Amino acid sequence: MRRIGIDVGGTNTDAVLLDGDKVVFTVKRPTTMDVTSGILDALKALRADPAARLPVDAVVIGTTHFINAVVQRRHLMKVAAIRIGMPASASLPPFCDWPQDLAERVRGEIFMLEGGHDYDGRPIMPFDTAGMRAAARHIRDLGLRSVAVSSIFSPLDPSCEIAARDILQEICPDVAVTLSHDLGRIGLLERENAALLNAVLSDLAVETVAAFRNATAESGIDAPLFLTQNDGTVMQAETAIAFPVMSFASGPTNSMRGAAHLSGLEDAMVVDVGGTTSDIGQLRHGFPREANAVVEVGGVRTLFRMPDLLSIGLGGGSHIDRASAKVGPLSVGYRLTQDALVFGGTQLTATDIAVAAGLLDIGDHSRIARISSDLIGAALADATRQLEENVDRMKTEAGDAPLVAVGGGAFLVPEKLAGVSQIIRVPFGDCANAVGAAIARVSGEADQIFRDLTRDEAIAAALQIAERKAINAGADPDSLKTIEIEDMPIAYLPGNSLRVRVRVAGTLDRIETSREVA
Amino acid sequence: MSAAPLTEINLDDIESLAVGAWILGTGGGGSPYLGLLNLRQLYAQGHRVQLMSPLDLDDDDRVAVVSNMGAPLVGQERLADSRNIARAVEMQQEFGGFKFRAVMSVEIGGGNGTQALMAAAHLGIPIVDADCMGRAFPEAQMTSVAIGGLKPYPCTLYDPRGIEAIVTKVPSWKWMERASRKICVEMGSIASTSKAPRTGREVKDWGIHFTTTAAIRIGRLVREANRLHADPIAALLESEGGKRLFTGKVVDVARRTTEGFLRGSIAIEGIDDDRGSRLELSFQNEWIVAWREGKAIAMSPDLICVLESVSGHAVGTETVRYGQRVTVVALPAPPVLTSPRGLEFVGPRAFGYDLDFRSVFDERSSAGV
Repeated sequence: MRRIGIDVGGTNTDAVLLDGDKVVFTVKRPTTMDVTSGILDALKALRADPAARLPVDAVVIGTTHFINAVVQRRHLMKVAAIRIGMPASASLPPFCDWPQDLAERVRGEIFMLEGGHDYDGRPIMPFDTAGMRAAARHIRDLGLRSVAVSSIFSPLDPSCEIAARDILQEICPDVAVTLSHDLGRIGLLERENAALLNAVLSDLAVETVAAFRNATAESGIDAPLFLTQNDGTVMQAETAIAFPVMSFASGPTNSMRGAAHLSGLEDAMVVDVGGTTSDIGQLRHGFPREANAVVEVGGVRTLFRMPDLLSIGLGGGSHIDRASAKVGPLSVGYRLTQDALVFGGTQLTATDIAVAAGLLDIGDHSRIARISSDLIGAALADATRQLEENVDRMKTEAGDAPLVAVGGGAFLVPEKLAGVSQIIRVPFGDCANAVGAAIARVSGEADQIFRDLTRDEAIAAALQIAERKAINAGADPDSLKTIEIEDMPIAYLPGNSLRVRVRVAGTLDRIETSREVA
Repeated sequence: MSAAPLTEINLDDIESLAVGAWILGTGGGGSPYLGLLNLRQLYAQGHRVQLMSPLDLDDDDRVAVVSNMGAPLVGQERLADSRNIARAVEMQQEFGGFKFRAVMSVEIGGGNGTQALMAAAHLGIPIVDADCMGRAFPEAQMTSVAIGGLKPYPCTLYDPRGIEAIVTKVPSWKWMERASRKICVEMGSIASTSKAPRTGREVKDWGIHFTTTAAIRIGRLVREANRLHADPIAALLESEGGKRLFTGKVVDVARRTTEGFLRGSIAIEGIDDDRGSRLELSFQNEWIVAWREGKAIAMSPDLICVLESVSGHAVGTETVRYGQRVTVVALPAPPVLTSPRGLEFVGPRAFGYDLDFRSVFDERSSAGV
């Protein structure tokens, strides 16, 4: 299977061609304002290689485009929020915990209707379909084009959300509808927030995916297009149009997955040293360990599946304080090639120290000839100390673990670190993101409360649901592996209630590309 | 009714209260986040809550004792609506034919730490700077008023669908727990409740005093330390006379439910000064006993708090996870809980551990810690 992986980052657009597991070719191009031409440049450079002119089976793109839109408050649309579950939850309406500037920008209209379910599946109240029809007419009259629907306990029983969508499709068929149970777990506010964020990105998702498609088509590639999502697996371009928020954390996830692939390690620590920061994470079974806690995106609380990452201010562009020899957290960032001493600038950076220490050979060496060996040693020692402390913070087990060092600033990682059994450097490590995109798998998840089942029965039932979702999303059934099992008894609930969350993933089945997503 | 001096609680105090109540929750009680959101809204609408000292109550004043009962997980879906708890209090007034002077929370720890404020905002009466636990506990009879042998009834329960229930009479606190729990489950495993009303005299004799201001003080310390990038845990220990028990990384979490409670244990592997050592914590909704090398070094009712090592924020028994960097601290328990009768209700044996209570703060036993 031949695949092209593309990482559209804030600074660079990287593209790689993989033949089977092997990296055949990589290119790096600056990211452009319109996104499309940067991808086109990269793809053209890639296609210049004879090997890349053979047919490819899939193009997989990872991007930070959607999360950046939320963080920078750009390209967001006004949406309607429909909450189903009255009279419960009435005092905390949709948007109630959003930053005010963002809420004001995107809040179209709020509707709160009777309906929803209790934890045991009983309805809280019968669903107010008359109210829902009135809301749909109001949405049509207001000219709102995107709607988020959230119903209490919809991860257990989505019927109210589905009924709401049916009514919306009947009365205002052109409206984009996001249902919260497609996006999240137990936790109404966080799940609803995810649905609302998804809804505000609806137009941008349509445009961006169209741009991705154009770029691939224009470069003469005839292959299905996928986008990577937060958990290191892919979704079809069609799905990405419906669920842009699922790609929020794909950048760091892809770099960790790429590190796993390039090193051949399934369980390891990973550090991705960039220009400004180092992201440290942990690979488990070839996937990044997920953050369990609430994740904020642009100030909005969500429960996205995000990798558990520790970002520290250590990178190739980090300032070096001449007095204390401290590295970072300030950085020259993307201005490295102008501001660093070796490039004719005036700021002493980690890159200058690395060149002076003979770890790196770039720029004008004469400009750093007068840096004392004491300062070089002390700065490198500080970088080492920061890495040791923080790699150790992210470890979940005692004992030494291997560390895969990737990213353009990986030269800052020394050959030996306390708590690390082995430092692993890999070829193409500076394109780990794009490699991670190319190798992304297909996953399915289940997160539900089970009652009156043994723990084993509940987990088996959850696995079945997750496997069905993965196969529906395009996974090869024979390749499915369980990525994660987590079970949690629920305090105070009777009948041995158990919340089970499982995730399975498999390789992309290249033939089936038009299956429906559950 | 004498005119008692009142202090207005401002919104910043409430933000601090949410942080402090979560710490005093000793791992349980649910996060105060939803209560905080409700109060932000009420304050934005112009409501204000006044705080009064328990010592300023007249003997024959009536005080409402409120709590949100049920599973924290259900609360995450049905959320908390400030009007519900106010309605539970009104039901008591209608049933008893009297007006309350003030309202207090049954437990300051966790989400219930903000319930009294929500009721007070709607009813226009002050909250009393007191509660009945000084922390959080899993069961209804684990209160200072039960230890004091005060009347356990009546208890009102409210569901916003318009379901109102009153348990008018029971022979004991244990029966109140059983009868009200059944109603709560039928309401969807969540109910706004107003427990047996107390007199001013009873609150003065058996309430645990000044716990609202303690929660605000603790929360403010932690928030302030975070702002200054100082050590919030050191600040907490100094202010509250607490003791650092252990610093490490969570390496194992085992949870199970039995009889409707979340029970289990976690293991923490030491770092820094505790490197090479291991601490285990047993819990029943709340942290109950801390074990080091098989020896119990801290136990209920001393407050065992697990805090994120850097931020100083509390870590709950439902949310603690592998790999978290935590510092375990003990805070002193209110004296009523460590009295011989108090220990019958909330000592280690009340949770099924065959241990004689020894306080972390007992000088004679400190050598062993």
